[in-house]
Amino acid sequence: MGAIDTLLLIVGVVIKLVVVFAVAMLHVAYATYFERKVIAHMQIRLGPMEVGWHGLLQPIADGVKLLFKEDVIPAKADRYVFMIAPMICFFAATSSLVVFPFFEGFNLGPYHVGGALANINIGLLFVLAMSSLGAYGVVMAGWASNSKYAFLGGLRSSAQVISYEISLGLSLVGVMMLAGSLNLTDIVHAQERAGMWNFIPQFLGFSIFCIAALAETNRTPFDLPEAESELVAGYFTEYTGFRFALFFLAEYMGMLIMAALGTVCFLGGWNPIPGLEKIIPGGVWWFLVKVYTLFFMYYWVRTTLPRYRYDQLMSLGWKVMIPIALANIFLTGLWKVYFA
Amino acid sequence: MPGTYIPADYLPVLIMFIVASCFGLVMLTVGTIFRLRRPYPEKLLPYESGMAPVGEPRQRFDVKFYIIAMLFVVFDVEAVFLYPWAVVYGKLGLYAVVEMFLFIAILLVGYVYAWKRGAFEWE
Repeated sequence: MGAIDTLLLIVGVVIKLVVVFAVAMLHVAYATYFERKVIAHMQIRLGPMEVGWHGLLQPIADGVKLLFKEDVIPAKADRYVFMIAPMICFFAATSSLVVFPFFEGFNLGPYHVGGALANINIGLLFVLAMSSLGAYGVVMAGWASNSKYAFLGGLRSSAQVISYEISLGLSLVGVMMLAGSLNLTDIVHAQERAGMWNFIPQFLGFSIFCIAALAETNRTPFDLPEAESELVAGYFTEYTGFRFALFFLAEYMGMLIMAALGTVCFLGGWNPIPGLEKIIPGGVWWFLVKVYTLFFMYYWVRTTLPRYRYDQLMSLGWKVMIPIALANIFLTGLWKVYFA
Repeated sequence: MPGTYIPADYLPVLIMFIVASCFGLVMLTVGTIFRLRRPYPEKLLPYESGMAPVGEPRQRFDVKFYIIAMLFVVFDVEAVFLYPWAVVYGKLGLYAVVEMFLFIAILLVGYVYAWKRGAFEWE
């Protein structure tokens, strides 16, 4: 490969990557707006209405405000750890974006535009690895803040995240067995070939995945790390300004990643709902519709369910989710040997 | 494409790492132009409901967090061992099923032991 080709390759990758990054950030910003509107309407309120038409510019106003806020670093804090913790959280959440196939891929002249930025064989493993990294940011933030609330929040959060990571990882083993691959594009293609989205044969796996995804992203009913009635804001109590915004972005980016993972592994990725392929062919719009549906489910759950107690959370994770996830692997194994 | 390894496939991953780690730095640096900086001793105290903090924030904490961390290592490694098995499962057939269920059964012994010893109980 010549130098020009290499340069073109790099430029192409950078352009695609910046587009995906920008679109994802926009989605993350508007996920907060969507959340406030959904919850408001479920509670018979209007939600943000002042900034722009129906409050549409609210996320932008919030972002600008956070950029202008003072960056307070407590005197007793472990300065450098305190400063890099939010960046680690954001890095871990955002990096996963690179392996998701958003559409099938098409040919543009001589070039093939792939649906994923990096169509790598270890896609699923990469997502799980990156979601584990987020726990470091949380622990470091809790420790470095040198504040009681942050410390307790960080401990609780890391224990919760690692507990549910096991069931999250195990719930996806069934998907890997059905697809015979860790490549996310292959997983979608396998569902196409089977003519059935994975959430039907992997019903148990999908249920475990959804619950574990709520716990991994610290959403209600598992939002104990930031249980505001007891821990103020948990591990990011001491953070202000844009460092706080980085935690916030990381949390919503984590939700986006989990929704995209659910879409790819269980809901057929970019494929249309069977029967509708004549009207609307498969593509990135179907992917987005499924992601938005999962986002709506997050908010719906948040308005419906009260928060778990910490001992309940732990016993659910260790005593219920792990046995069921293992049983799901066992059943998938038998099913594949005898029926497929 | 099993068996083919193309480093160029991993290029976007590298670039994403750079973009994701630089985003926070760049925004924080840009922010220094706009934001105020008026620290005073009271502002730099850790938050404790408006009072002066009492005692040391870094207290001793429950040993259960350590136990959970150790159990996590055991079970997460188990999950990681399951991934390659799951990927080639379709090609190996019944042999793989028996092998892996033996592996899971051995781990379940440890799981039941931890359960009986009360490692999953929080009071």
